Amino acid sequence: MSISVDEVKKVAGLARLGIPEERLDEYSTKLNSILGMMEQLSAIDTKGVEPLSNPLDSVQRLREDVVTETNQRDKYQTIAPEVEEGLYLVPKVIE
Amino acid sequence: MSHPHSQITSLTQLSLKDLSDGLQAGRFSVMEITDAWLARIEKFNPLLNSFITVLADGARTQAQQIDNQIRKGELTHTLAGVPYALKDLFCTDGVLTSCGSKMLHNFVAPYDAHVTTKLKQAGAVLLGKNNMDEFAMGSSNENSAYGVVRNPWNTEYVPGGSSGGGAAAVAARLAPFVLGTDTGGSIRQPASFCGITGIKPTYGRVSRFGMIAFASSLDQAGPMAVSAEDCAIALNVIAGFDERDSTSAQEPVGDYTASLNNSIEGLKIGLPKQFFAAGLDPDVATVIERGVKEFEALGAIIKEIDLPNSHMAVPVYYIIAPAEASSNLSRFDGVRFGHRCDNPKDLRDLYERSRWEGFGEEVKRRIMVGTYALSAGYYDAYYLKAQQVRRLIKQDFVEAFKQVDVIMGPAAPTTAFKIGEKVDDQVAMYLADLYTIPTSLAGLPGMSFPIGFDEHQLPVGMQLIGNYFQEARMLNIAHRYQQTTDWHLRVPAKFA
Repeated sequence: MSISVDEVKKVAGLARLGIPEERLDEYSTKLNSILGMMEQLSAIDTKGVEPLSNPLDSVQRLREDVVTETNQRDKYQTIAPEVEEGLYLVPKVIE
Repeated sequence: MSHPHSQITSLTQLSLKDLSDGLQAGRFSVMEITDAWLARIEKFNPLLNSFITVLADGARTQAQQIDNQIRKGELTHTLAGVPYALKDLFCTDGVLTSCGSKMLHNFVAPYDAHVTTKLKQAGAVLLGKNNMDEFAMGSSNENSAYGVVRNPWNTEYVPGGSSGGGAAAVAARLAPFVLGTDTGGSIRQPASFCGITGIKPTYGRVSRFGMIAFASSLDQAGPMAVSAEDCAIALNVIAGFDERDSTSAQEPVGDYTASLNNSIEGLKIGLPKQFFAAGLDPDVATVIERGVKEFEALGAIIKEIDLPNSHMAVPVYYIIAPAEASSNLSRFDGVRFGHRCDNPKDLRDLYERSRWEGFGEEVKRRIMVGTYALSAGYYDAYYLKAQQVRRLIKQDFVEAFKQVDVIMGPAAPTTAFKIGEKVDDQVAMYLADLYTIPTSLAGLPGMSFPIGFDEHQLPVGMQLIGNYFQEARMLNIAHRYQQTTDWHLRVPAKFA
C-alpha cells in the first residue's frame, strides 16, 4: 500500500494538522518509507489470533459512581490561551 | 575489583545510597548537598543541555524545609533530602512541563503527577526537569524543541532517547537519580548509550497519572541511576497501585532492596538467538558475549532461546505507538492549554495551525502514521494486524520463561551514534530500539546496565528482561554483577 498526496491531505484533515501545500509531497514520501517497513507484517499468519490491546490482558477497573473530583475550573483556566467568565474562547462558530 | 568508596570525598560523587546514609547519620545537611549538585549543574549543563528547567530556588527552599523536618525527626524516609530530576513530561505543580515541545512551551502544570507526589512526600529534592525527545518520540534526543542533548562520554554523540537528558545527567553526575519513561526503549536505550543503570518496570507497576501520554498501552515510568541498588531505592518509592491510573497494577509491591544480595547461583539465563543475528554491531556483540561469560563465572546457566516473532516488533510498534499517540495528542487543540496560533480565522484554522506550529516534525509524522493506520479502510490491515502480531510476540516470551528465569542480550544494536547521523532516515533511527521494543510490546520489565565499552570508548549496555513483576529479581542480578565489576562507577573524563 502506498499513500498518495491526496490521501496525505485527507489524513492531515482528520488529524487537524495544517500541512502547507508545498510540504505534501515530502510527507507522502516520508510516510511511504515508514509504511513500507510495515508491509513485512503481511507475511505473518494471524488467523484466529486474538488482538492484544493491553499487554497484561487486564480489563477496565470500575469504581463507584460518585463524585471524586472537586471543581478546580479557575486553577485550570489560568493556563488557557483565552477565557472569559469561566468559558474558553474560540473564533465564532455560528454565524 | 576494588571499590573506590574510600577515595570519594566530594558530595556529588556519592551514590543515592551513600547520600541517604550520610543524611540519616547527619554527616551533611540537605542544603549542603543541594548546593553541591546545583553548582555541578551550573558548571556542566551548558556542555550537555540535559536540563530544560533548573529549579535552583525551589530546590533550596525545599532543602531548608527538609533539613528542619529531619532535625525534628518528622522525616526519616530513605530518600529524604536526596536530590533528583524528572523527565519534563511528569507534571509538576507550578513548574513548566514542556514535554520537549513548543506545543507546551507555556504549560505550567496545575497539578503533580503521581510519582512527583510520592517523591515529594518522601522528601526528595527536585533539582530540575530533564530534556527529552518531543512527546517522548525519538531515540537520540535530537527531536527536542529545546535543542539536542550531548552524550557525556563524547559530546559529538547523541545520549539516546527519549529520556536522553536524564541519562546524560546521571552519567555526568549532575543528579544522583532521575525518573524517565519508556514506551519502546526510552529508559533502556539511553541508559545503554550513557553507561548508566535504568529499569522499565512491568506495564502498570508505576502509575501513569500526570505523565503526559504518548502510547497508553506501552508507557511506563522508571528510575535511572548509577547502580541497580540506587534504582531499587527509587523504585520502592514510585511503584504501587494508584486508583487514578485505570491500568495501574494491583499486585503487592515488596521491598526491592531486600533481595539485592541474594545468590544468583544456578540462575537460568536465556539468550534470544534473534538478538545476536544480523543488525548487531560486532563490537557490541563482543562486549555482550564477554559479559555473558562473566555471569557464567558467577554461577549462572546460559541457554539459547527462540523468540521467533521478535523481528516483527519494530513494524508492530510503529503502528501501535503512533496510533495511540494520534489519539492522545488530539487533546492539544490550542483552546484549553498550550500553544495557540495568532489570529485564527475560524475554529478549524485554530486547530490546524496551532497543531502545525506547535508540534515538531517527528511528532507530526507519527500523528499522520497513526491517523492513517486507524482510518476507515486501513484499520484491519494495520492496527488490528499489529495487535495480533503483538500477541504472538508476547506468547514467545511466555514460552521462553517456561525454560529460563531471565533473558539477556544487548540493550541496543550499536553504541551511541553521532549527532545528525540518522536524522534524515526515520527507519534507520527506529531500528535503534530493535531489542527493547519486544519487551515493551509484551509489557514485561526490562533494564539496561553498563557491561563495558566499545573500541571508541562508548558504553555498552546489557539488557536484562524479567518475567512479569520480577523487578526485585532483576535488580538483584544486576546488583550482584555490580558488586564484582566497576563499569557502572566509571565517570566520563570531562566530568570526573
